[in-house]
Amino acid sequence: MKPTDISVPDYFHKVVDCQWACPAHTPVPEYIRLIAARRFGDAYMINWKSNVFPGVLGRTCDRPCEPACRRGRVEKEPVAICRLKRVAADYKGDIRDRLPQPAPQKNGKRVALIGAGPASLTVARDLLPLGYHVTIYEQDPFAGGMIRTQIPKFRLPEEVIDEEVGYILGLEPELRLGKKIDSLKSVLDEGYDAVFVGCGAPRGRDLDIPGRKAAAAHIHVGIDWLSSVSFGHVTSIGKRVIVLGGGNTAMDCCRSARRLGGESVQVVVRSGFEEMKASPWEKEDAMHEGIPIHNFLVPKSVQHDGGKLKAMVFEKVKPEYDAKGRRNLVPTGEPDVVLECDDVLVAVGQENAFPWIERDLGIAFDKWDMPVVDPVTLQSSRPDVLFGGDAAFGPKNIIWAVAHGHDAAVSIDKLCNGEDTRLRPAPDFSLISQKMGIHEWSYDNQISNDLRFKVPLRDTKEALSSIKLEVELGFDDKLAYEEAERCLNCDVQTVFTTNLCIECDACVDICPMDCITFTPDGEEAELRERLMAPAKNLTQDLYVADGLKTGRLMVKDEDVCLHCGLCAERCPTGAWDMRKSLIEMTHAGPQCRA
Amino acid sequence: MTYLAKPKFRHPELPRNALGFTRRDYEGSVSTLCAGCGHDSISAAIIQACYELALPPHRIAKLSGIGCSSKTPTYFLGSSHGFNSVHGRMPSVLTGANMANRDLIYLGVSGDGDSASIGLGQFAHAIRRAVNMTYIVENNGVYGLTKGQFSATSDKGSKSKKGVVNSDEPIDMIGMALQLGATYVGRSFSGDKAQLVPLIKGALLHPGAAFIDCVSPCVAFNNHEGSTKSFDYVRAHNEAVNFLDVITPRAEITTDYAPGEMVDVRQHDGSIIRLKKVAEDYDPTDRIKVMNFLQEQQAKGEVVTGLLFVDPEPQDLHGALATVTAPLNELGDGDLCPGAAEIDKINAGLR
Ligand SMILES: Cc1cc2nc3c(=O)[nH]c(=O)nc-3n(C[C@H](O)[C@H](O)[C@H](O)COP(=O)(O)OP(=O)(O)OC[C@H]3O[C@@H](n4cnc5c(N)ncnc54)[C@H](O)[C@@H]3O)c2cc1C
Ligand SMILES: Cc1ncc(C[n+]2csc(CCOP(=O)(O)OP(=O)(O)O)c2C)c(N)n1
Ligand code: SF4
Ligand code: SF4
Ligand code: SF4
Ligand SMILES: [Mg+2]
Repeated sequence: MKPTDISVPDYFHKVVDCQWACPAHTPVPEYIRLIAARRFGDAYMINWKSNVFPGVLGRTCDRPCEPACRRGRVEKEPVAICRLKRVAADYKGDIRDRLPQPAPQKNGKRVALIGAGPASLTVARDLLPLGYHVTIYEQDPFAGGMIRTQIPKFRLPEEVIDEEVGYILGLEPELRLGKKIDSLKSVLDEGYDAVFVGCGAPRGRDLDIPGRKAAAAHIHVGIDWLSSVSFGHVTSIGKRVIVLGGGNTAMDCCRSARRLGGESVQVVVRSGFEEMKASPWEKEDAMHEGIPIHNFLVPKSVQHDGGKLKAMVFEKVKPEYDAKGRRNLVPTGEPDVVLECDDVLVAVGQENAFPWIERDLGIAFDKWDMPVVDPVTLQSSRPDVLFGGDAAFGPKNIIWAVAHGHDAAVSIDKLCNGEDTRLRPAPDFSLISQKMGIHEWSYDNQISNDLRFKVPLRDTKEALSSIKLEVELGFDDKLAYEEAERCLNCDVQTVFTTNLCIECDACVDICPMDCITFTPDGEEAELRERLMAPAKNLTQDLYVADGLKTGRLMVKDEDVCLHCGLCAERCPTGAWDMRKSLIEMTHAGPQCRA
Repeated sequence: MTYLAKPKFRHPELPRNALGFTRRDYEGSVSTLCAGCGHDSISAAIIQACYELALPPHRIAKLSGIGCSSKTPTYFLGSSHGFNSVHGRMPSVLTGANMANRDLIYLGVSGDGDSASIGLGQFAHAIRRAVNMTYIVENNGVYGLTKGQFSATSDKGSKSKKGVVNSDEPIDMIGMALQLGATYVGRSFSGDKAQLVPLIKGALLHPGAAFIDCVSPCVAFNNHEGSTKSFDYVRAHNEAVNFLDVITPRAEITTDYAPGEMVDVRQHDGSIIRLKKVAEDYDPTDRIKVMNFLQEQQAKGEVVTGLLFVDPEPQDLHGALATVTAPLNELGDGDLCPGAAEIDKINAGLR
């Protein structure tokens, strides 16, 4: 096998599973250690730099980091990375003097952002301190996008949005609120150096079944209904509510309905429970509030009495798999299920719509009527028009919107400086020994055996009494400390120096996870089988070093390493060292340019 | 050493043996020896061997004397019986324990100081009495625990860390063991678990006096240029006469060698020691030839390793004394007291 080149930042970045999985590559273990050290402000700033909305994301993030977390591979559950982020936000104190200031001098470049959702706001945050003149067009009377209009307040209090959106508005963009753009051409005509389209995926999919139109008065499209709730236009709903759909929007709809007068709220989903799009914790939260979820029921028709909604009829189906393993839902032949109801919320999907973009501006659209966007630069086929967030590749989530925002800002900055946007900046990378003494490290290398701590919740009865009362109370500082201690510090890397190794086997013997093997060379596939423990997780790299005196290789399987540092403590020669890798993405600014 | 306990977590794919234990279940508390000490590798090899043989930990008794090596039983087999005796007295305590309860598996762990200096007599007598045991000397050529003085196994001419040359002849424990009738004799190196683990397994299964001399570098005091017990010296002079595989009666035979390349030695309990020959004409069952060969190689400065000698039909002390098969410590008054009539008969015979 080829020896590993550990000078390439991606190698150790991948070892930090959570950071690698985070679309914005937040240095997770770094902020978790700061929380354990009660340095909440510092932990917040690490987050703020990477993901722009720590308080919002600490309550709402889709958390792609958690399924990736190494802890989930060595015991039952990953570290509560997301809710620890909230701890940083809750306890940070006043950090305003640590935020960038509006640029004292403009650089003469003008950028337009369409929509004031998290994608556009990230672009604004990255470009404003550099001196760009940034104009934000937003059809609503306030900034925030779906963070404000869709996510219910019992999950995300208004003050948190105000605060974090406020930090960006404090950088003084030119805000054109209440201004709906209905022609991109008119914007381009104003001669901007670049235009970023961050208009989201605003259209909720509807149902087309008999009776839908006739009973329309009490059948609502989920995302429209949620924004009406957010705006305060809707304050009540019938006692018996059916929510159609199995995604996160459906979960927000049903939980909102429970708070606005819905006594019997039921979720009905076409697919099985496991395949539902909603995150496991969203389903759990809904069920915790007494909302049943019915699976394998396909909406068939609406029963009404002269337009007055009576019930919904569903066909029972079961999954069948064809030769290619594709799933089909086929009727079971059992009698239809009829559920009586006063209101129906349709949350069966969300779509993009670009009626306001003229098709002769040099922006190519594909056969699904989506703009053709470069996934790296986020440029459309017209280089000065970029897309990001839900507008670029369909509905995703906040953290992807933020990641797109950063990447688009880099492209815009390079574009405005006459540089090739395809040449992307490398992340900032450092690797520093954590050794303080023979058995002392500057991180806590004792492994906690605790299982994941649950976030305390408000009493359900009280929680259901108001659409605005936040359900989760958040970790207190003691729970936060204990949860933080579950983190394995995967960024404190095991670094091997071949010429120091005397092949005494001490590291092999002490390693609790059988990560390290000294073995003759071979092909990777075969080698993986004959390590101290078979290395079956192919997504995890082998760290290979050659040049040992016996001619063998040192092979370390990164998969379940606890980063406990025992190998380094046991090594008589310091051939193993524990070094902290700090990897920070390079954002727009001089450092991103050639 | 480390101040931390080894984390409880283990590799999720770690296999289990016939008893349902993983290798981790055979560990002891975390070692307090110097980082890199060869003795820790031997502990790991003992753990591996007991795991692979699926020995029930509570049926093993580990005994030792004094020294870094003799401390190691704390670091393996945490659920087994243990006795840390005074300096050099492990063989005698082991003999007594074995007499009292022949049902346990006896593992004596000692050092070159413990066994070749103060305990030389104890060592000699336990071997010549053919106590059924596995006797491992963790041989580093120094008194590690007392800061690195030459021990009695230090080779003549080898240098101490400070450069002093050893002028005394070394005691050849392998030679002594062979002479005194040990029925399983091997030498290995702490840095070669592929050889050491099966060697220990074979010894544990051997129903007689099994002796293993395991060269085990002392990283603190005897791992320098001029030492003959350092990692580099042993690697450069290691001459393996064979590789072995221990096949328990239950286990499937998996290793495949071309015919002629290997010898099977069937032990009393049905287990097979399969030797892959490296040295031409090496016959590990011919005691005299083995002794001659070892003397020749030693004169050349080679460290001969492998299973050096094995007697497939060993005798042990209990056999020689014709003791009952039940452990003596389990015999009650009824078994031990023949009764008044029987005693009268004996007394009458003596008059
Ligand atoms: C019910 C619901 C719950 C969700 N919950 C979560 C969650 O818990 N966690 C999570 O990560 N994600 C969640 N999401 C998804 C998340 O809200 C979006 O992925 C994210 O907001 C996308 O950001 P964006 O900047 O691309 O667009 P958006 O947030 O959609 O913002 C687009 C903005 O553009 C404005 N706009 C659109 N067209 C025009 C125009 N022509 N002129 C002017 N302005 C215009 C809109 O008014 C809007 O303010 C949820 C979505 C829904 C529907
Ligand atoms: C009766 C008695 N004499 C002397 C000592 C001092 N002493 C402790 S350990 C040791 C030598 C141990 O050497 P060895 O058995 O080779 O063990 P190592 O530390 O090298 O593994 C000596 C002489 C003692 N503890 N007891
Ligand atoms: S840090 Fe070292 S000893 Fe600990 S699990 Fe990782 S490789 Fe093993
Ligand atoms: S403990 Fe150190 S010297 Fe010993 S084998 Fe491991 S890396 Fe090499
Ligand atoms: S002094 Fe030598 S024998 Fe003792 S623990 Fe240290 S390295 Fe091992
Ligand atoms: Mg010694």
